[in-house]
Amino acid sequence: MAATLNPRHGGNDRDGKPAVSHAPHRDPALRGRVIAIILALVVLWPTLVVTEFKPWILFDEQSLGATGRFLADFLVPAHSAEFLDMLLRETWNTIAIATAGLALALLGAIPATLIINEQLSISALGTGRMRPVAIAVRQAVRWLLVILRSVPELVWALLFVRVIGLGPTAGVLAIALTYCGMLGKVYAEILESSDAHASDTLLANGAGRLNALLYGALPEAAAELMSYTVYRWECAIRGSVVMGFVGAGGLGQRMDESMKMLAGAEVSSMLLVFVLLVALADQFSKVLRRRLG
Amino acid sequence: MPTYQLQDLTVRHLGGRSTPALQAINLTIEQGEQLALIGPSGAGKTTLLATLSLSHKPSEGSFNAFGVAPWSLGEAARHRLRAQLFLAPQTPPLPPRQRVVTAVLAARLPQWSVWRALVSLFKPEDPEAAWQALSRFNLGDKLYSRVDRLSGGERQRCGLARLLLSPAKALLVDEPLSALDPALSELTLTTLRDEAKARNATLICSLHQVDLALGHFPRIVALRDGRIAFDLPREQVTPQMIAALYQGEQPADSAPPAGDDPMAVKLGVGACL
Repeated sequence: MAATLNPRHGGNDRDGKPAVSHAPHRDPALRGRVIAIILALVVLWPTLVVTEFKPWILFDEQSLGATGRFLADFLVPAHSAEFLDMLLRETWNTIAIATAGLALALLGAIPATLIINEQLSISALGTGRMRPVAIAVRQAVRWLLVILRSVPELVWALLFVRVIGLGPTAGVLAIALTYCGMLGKVYAEILESSDAHASDTLLANGAGRLNALLYGALPEAAAELMSYTVYRWECAIRGSVVMGFVGAGGLGQRMDESMKMLAGAEVSSMLLVFVLLVALADQFSKVLRRRLG
Repeated sequence: MPTYQLQDLTVRHLGGRSTPALQAINLTIEQGEQLALIGPSGAGKTTLLATLSLSHKPSEGSFNAFGVAPWSLGEAARHRLRAQLFLAPQTPPLPPRQRVVTAVLAARLPQWSVWRALVSLFKPEDPEAAWQALSRFNLGDKLYSRVDRLSGGERQRCGLARLLLSPAKALLVDEPLSALDPALSELTLTTLRDEAKARNATLICSLHQVDLALGHFPRIVALRDGRIAFDLPREQVTPQMIAALYQGEQPADSAPPAGDDPMAVKLGVGACL
């Protein structure tokens, strides 16, 4: 599709001759763009059919009524002392699941990043080629990360709920595995796309891999690494909620119960908590970036 | 034992096909010698320094450093040898968010364990030594500043202060003066030469400023189009040879030609007194 979006530009505008003919100045890119739009529709239409995307169902009378009742409950979030007490406890639980999961994920992701990072290759120094062993090890770790993150955390959670039973431990382990895959990959890419001059020079002057990382690559990329980590923490909070629905503890499990009882007021209070948590993560990230930037 | 022995050396750009970056290079450099590398832009000065610092593998010919052939050594042994050769690149390799003290102490990383390096990130291990190195370039007051608060010329001298802390036996310096004014250029070259002499280290310095090269270095190696144009004691270098070397180029005086070097473009102002 990129090719149709980008037809060979400048066929007749590059030679710079003023148009002698009386033909209007037609945009040579126009045809390609129209074709691209048609193609996009042709590709998208089957996906809409497959997913049974029928938005008008939302607006038939019965749905509107149900939605209205459920949403009307939202206006006054639940706030009884007993409920708030439970909410606080479960919120704390959720934060703990997300944080513990992320911390465990980091334990795996940081060493993986150090292994697959190609910027810090000593064998490539001077030759531009890595040793076959080094390439093989990197590729193996890359595949491991792919496997870890291609299984959604929800599926890991279902697996762990089967193995170790209902409760937050399943959520923590599920987050740890999936996020290890994501963090390892993205950390390595952030490090590789940052300026390599400092770490290259340290390597060329005989410093070891890790030392070059600490004094060359990390200071270049610290802010990006930090903000990505905080963003992933935010994702882990959301993820732990979803996993709560399959019995992995935390706010999600409560929300599942409230949803099933159509208790809009309780769902509304819980959603407010999520908004607060995400806003908190956002502020935290901003402060950190300012400190590091 | 000579620091370097190069015979019939050919160096190609990494992954490169086409014409070699350096060819037919014959060079013997004794321990403690001080020489300047001159020649027009694109002559191969930086590539030669990269080759000498073992960060670029030559494709043909024989290459010895400290009496061994580094590219026939194992990877670990070659990397240990790199700690004996200090390369100061033209663009100072300093992460903008790093503090000057950390950047200067990074010279000791090859000797440090990871743990020691980590501790020194938290509490600099030898700020006194860093301060002494910086003050030799009039930068003592910048010890705890962040690198991105420094001017272009200050960064360049900060990179050279790192060189003073490195225990290396061969100092390879690429265009150390590209962001400096004439007075600081004199100070910088004098400091580099004194340091090399004091520890009997070999000093190889590429320079755009021919007058400074002739004024400071006893031996001049001139490169043109990837070949050695001449390699002579400075007394034997004539103005005609210099003119021939830079024929077709703007001969560079103390100020580097604009647009020719990345520092000038990137950092704009070089002077910082």
